[in-house]
Amino acid sequence: MTITNYDPRILKAPHPVPGAPDNWKRFFSFNTDAKVIGIQYIVTSLFFLLVGGLLAMIVRGELLTPPADLVDPTVYNGLYTMHGTVMLFLFLFPILNGFNNLLIPTMIGAPDMAFPRLNAAAFWLVPVFATVLMGSFFAPGGPASSGWWSYPPMSLQNPLGHFINGQFLWILAVALSGISSIMGAVNFVTTIIRMRAPGMGFFKMPIFIWTAWAAQTIQLIGLPPLTGGAVMLLFDLSFGTSFFRPEGGGDPVLFQHFFWFYSHPAVYVLVLPVFGIFSELFPVYARKPLFGYKFVAIASFGITFLSMIVWAHHMFYTGTPNWMRHIFMFTTMLIAVPTGVKVFAWLGTLWRGNLRLNTPMLFCLGGLFNFIFAGITGVMLATVPIDIHVGNTAFVVAHFHYVIFNTIGLGVFAGIYHWFPKFTGRMYYEGLGKVHFVLTFIGATLNWLPLHWAGLLGMPRRVASYDPEFAIWNVLGSIGAFMLGVASIPFILNMVSSWARGPQAPPNPWRAIGLEWLLPSPPPAENFQDDIPTVINEPYGYGLGRPLVEDEEFYVRRSQEA
Amino acid sequence: MTGINPDVQLNHTPGHVKHDGHNMTGFVIFLCSESVIFLAFFAGYAVLKLTAPQWLPDGVDGLEVRMPLINSVVLVSSSFVAYGAELCLHARKLWRFRAVWLLTMAMGSYFIYGQYVEWSELSFSLSSGVFGGLFYLLTGFHGLHVITGVLLMGLMLVRSFKPGNYDNGEMGVASVSLFWHFVDVIWILLFLLIYVWQ
Repeated sequence: MTITNYDPRILKAPHPVPGAPDNWKRFFSFNTDAKVIGIQYIVTSLFFLLVGGLLAMIVRGELLTPPADLVDPTVYNGLYTMHGTVMLFLFLFPILNGFNNLLIPTMIGAPDMAFPRLNAAAFWLVPVFATVLMGSFFAPGGPASSGWWSYPPMSLQNPLGHFINGQFLWILAVALSGISSIMGAVNFVTTIIRMRAPGMGFFKMPIFIWTAWAAQTIQLIGLPPLTGGAVMLLFDLSFGTSFFRPEGGGDPVLFQHFFWFYSHPAVYVLVLPVFGIFSELFPVYARKPLFGYKFVAIASFGITFLSMIVWAHHMFYTGTPNWMRHIFMFTTMLIAVPTGVKVFAWLGTLWRGNLRLNTPMLFCLGGLFNFIFAGITGVMLATVPIDIHVGNTAFVVAHFHYVIFNTIGLGVFAGIYHWFPKFTGRMYYEGLGKVHFVLTFIGATLNWLPLHWAGLLGMPRRVASYDPEFAIWNVLGSIGAFMLGVASIPFILNMVSSWARGPQAPPNPWRAIGLEWLLPSPPPAENFQDDIPTVINEPYGYGLGRPLVEDEEFYVRRSQEA
Repeated sequence: MTGINPDVQLNHTPGHVKHDGHNMTGFVIFLCSESVIFLAFFAGYAVLKLTAPQWLPDGVDGLEVRMPLINSVVLVSSSFVAYGAELCLHARKLWRFRAVWLLTMAMGSYFIYGQYVEWSELSFSLSSGVFGGLFYLLTGFHGLHVITGVLLMGLMLVRSFKPGNYDNGEMGVASVSLFWHFVDVIWILLFLLIYVWQ
């Protein structure tokens, strides 16, 4: 197709863009544009990162000294329970749904999600269950305090006898969060299956789309059993049934099966999109095609499948029979294979690449480094004898946070910096970003690396007071935690100031290859509108000198002139 | 322009792209997910039945099967009736569709009534041990789905009077019908689990 200088398609009236100063109000409304919803998710969840972080710092403040002196041990139980719940259900799940909203339609060339109103409703459930959860701080008897996994019989205690208590509100909030996630998952999967740009076969999709699809599949299969278990727990707590009450003939271990059948795969729901972010960013900043694209893509669903059959490794020390332990030890270790495929693919991508060490790349490299470490301790924990020794100690806490913050958290920050110019239309400040990275990486390492030693020496988790022999590891950990708190200052400064008055972002500041980079920054409503590009090549063609889509110059020029 | 699906352009309204196919895909994905919650309840039922030290509450020696069996036959055959209604709609015989559809609703309502009668005659309650809880939880959760199905059918019946309702396909009726088959299949499993396996 020949393109004249005055292509009539360019002369269309520009659409109002989200993020433009005159329409900030749409972020506070029931807007159905996926890009607005994405930013709503991300900003809301970053607020709750601060809330959860504040709770974490009180927990670490308590653990600075061996005796329980900062807060009462009962309050302490509520604090770590709420810290875990807020971080998972109000920070990580929503922020990744934010990425899904921003990236799925733009990366596959769709105008919006398949069900825009369902999408908005799913988002607006977040403030609803956030209010329920935060409200439980004011419930009689305080918030839920049986840990984020809410094992009975601890979670069935209701000493004050009120119908509405902290645990009741907790279950309600988790159930609402589940409904919101299912609504999101149905939407994301339908969009990916049905709304890809012409020519974009499954093996031409970016890896982020593969991982988002794999992760949302886990949500669809795993969340219903958790909801079922939560309903039964609620009945036990409030309506006198005895599904999980041993005194009524019930089985408390059954709840653990329901819980971990979802909550182990839930970690993969969180980490898979971060694998997607790594797979998107390494090729851009190493200027090389992604090594082993098809293997990385298929490995995502390998992880989905395996994640469904490993849950009982959380129960090695809660009375599972020996045959079950062996099977689950084996399946758990198998997960190292598809994840190993991905790690080697990233290393292969980085190998002899032309690395550009800006903030997103630094966060990615830091996240990858930490993930390899977390993977090694993960295989350790999968081993039955080691798990029985260190289960329920600070070692598990350290391993978990190495996955959930040091890998997923860092990956999320990498994604935020990388796509910030695309969706706000502004460049962030590189210096502040690097300060944020250095503080985060050192703080995170200092926070959780020493806790491995404390755990190996036998320090139990979820205690307000501990033996003085563990003091040194805990002091180091607390310093790291406070450093992470400080790290949020350059981040907030950077985000707020650059969004308000940062330099204008070009459409493709990183010279990245992908449909989203063929759109103006920020993309207009309905993305490509009526001119959806036809994909003709596989993604990640860095250095290969081939176009991604038919008629690429037209889209590049249009994105610059918008 | 290249690559635009003509249907999409046809239904194009500002802000939304409407497409019947999306709705069906989304609905099937939702039903797959919904079936897992029943599977979880069934698995929990089986595990507790096999391991509980005392399964039936004191003074209860099993469930009566005759009435629930009649109920099951009515519910399961209503699935075929719903399919018949769909065929009438395909043939654009609207009044016949409405009549057969209404018959499906009546059969669903009869099932709910039968369930209510059975519940009110039972000698155990929600808090009577593990069995009592599971019985009411499973039948109640399924009953909620039946009620939802009947209400959705009512909505479809009302909509059938709207002129031009089926110009863009019969997605609403098709998916409610699919939901109804789903509810029936779940009931067959539930009946086998609770009433047959005693």
